[in-house]
Amino acid sequence: MGWYKKRLARSLWVFHVSASPCNNCDIEILDLLTPRYDVERLGIKLVGSVRHADVLLLSGVINEKVAPKVRRLYEQAPKPLFVVGVGTCPTSGCCFKNSYNTVARREDTIPIDMYIPGCPPKPEAMIEAIAKLMGVLNA
Amino acid sequence: MSGLTFVYLLVFPGFLFTAVLGLLVGWLDRKVSARFQFRVGPPLFQNFNDFFKLLGKETVLVKDGLRWLFVAAPLAAFGMIVLVSAMVGCALFFRSGYGGDVIVVMYLLMVYSIMVILGGSSTGNVYGSLGAGREIKLLLADELAFILVCLVPIVKSGYRLRLEELLASQAGAGAFIGSVSGVIAFLVGLLCIQAKMTLPPFHIPEAETEVVEGPLMEYGGPLLAFWKLSHFMMYVLYPFLLILLFFGGFRLEGWGILWAVLKYLLIVVLMIIIKNTNPRVRIDQAVGFFWKIAAPLAFAAVILAVMGV
Repeated sequence: MGWYKKRLARSLWVFHVSASPCNNCDIEILDLLTPRYDVERLGIKLVGSVRHADVLLLSGVINEKVAPKVRRLYEQAPKPLFVVGVGTCPTSGCCFKNSYNTVARREDTIPIDMYIPGCPPKPEAMIEAIAKLMGVLNA
Repeated sequence: MSGLTFVYLLVFPGFLFTAVLGLLVGWLDRKVSARFQFRVGPPLFQNFNDFFKLLGKETVLVKDGLRWLFVAAPLAAFGMIVLVSAMVGCALFFRSGYGGDVIVVMYLLMVYSIMVILGGSSTGNVYGSLGAGREIKLLLADELAFILVCLVPIVKSGYRLRLEELLASQAGAGAFIGSVSGVIAFLVGLLCIQAKMTLPPFHIPEAETEVVEGPLMEYGGPLLAFWKLSHFMMYVLYPFLLILLFFGGFRLEGWGILWAVLKYLLIVVLMIIIKNTNPRVRIDQAVGFFWKIAAPLAFAAVILAVMGV
């Protein structure tokens, strides 16, 4: 399994899940995928279909309306799969924590493996998080 | 079927050689594309990592759709590509036929496109069907020009169809690229290959931004790995076919090896440059281009070849 995990660590294809974000983290994710940061040198590629994904980049606080769809996307993706929560919203709920339509426990909707705090986090922080994920897989 | 046939099919000109070379050339494509965009680009074994990673992932079958076709289409398409690469490779490296001629090659390459269409429409996914429909239109567009391009070497070699006879004819009278009709047919053939491999500017069926990889959208895990591997193997197969048809094949001794590598790299680099400098065309533009410009040009090349120019 160690050999396979090393292959997986060098080829993480990410799929962007917008779970009711304010769009700020989404813009930073798009920045991450520009030639300036060039994540293809780490084997990271943005894919358009969740069937091709290894990592779900989840941005936004998950509200009641979008929660079933997020759950469905998680179930549609082939495993092994990692979920990375981008921004303060998946991490702590941000200022929407006590809102009327925010799901009470995000972990019940989708199991999040890694959190990137920041509102929004810088692309460097996201690269560091992915590098940590690769370190976990390589260990 | 002797033991050697299996070796041809599975090891040297066939599966193993084409797959390894194809994945490496796929890296070259990604690296050169990255340099075009002033990026660093992926490491050398990136495509191998992608392939083995996909092989180890879960296979998700579709709920609404034809499941056996969903599984069979990528495997059959992969089989077609292995077969054609063995045929073309045997003719190039051993000057032996492997029982195929140009018509069989054209037929099997068309079957690959039909497998993409069947696989895309078996998913029951709207984007998959859209992509399959676009693939049909692209096939209708480029097939006529491709057949006419293949006709030029046949005419010039004195109406011979077998691959090794085409090579023998070029060994005697010089490569077909050395004539006017050969140059025209080669250039049209290069664009047909771009369309057959669904590379930009003709990546209409797999447009990521509109139909999210189209026919491949519902494929994940090992089945996607086979689609991707077939695609990378075409990076070897199609340039080899063009070398066979127009550049007089390989002479694998002395300086001939260097020439062989240069011929191959020339075609691949031309493909990468066309890929990186052109935006995607619309369906009507692609059909219009192939039927109004490329096919008449190829037809003119055939007439020139008949006249002996």
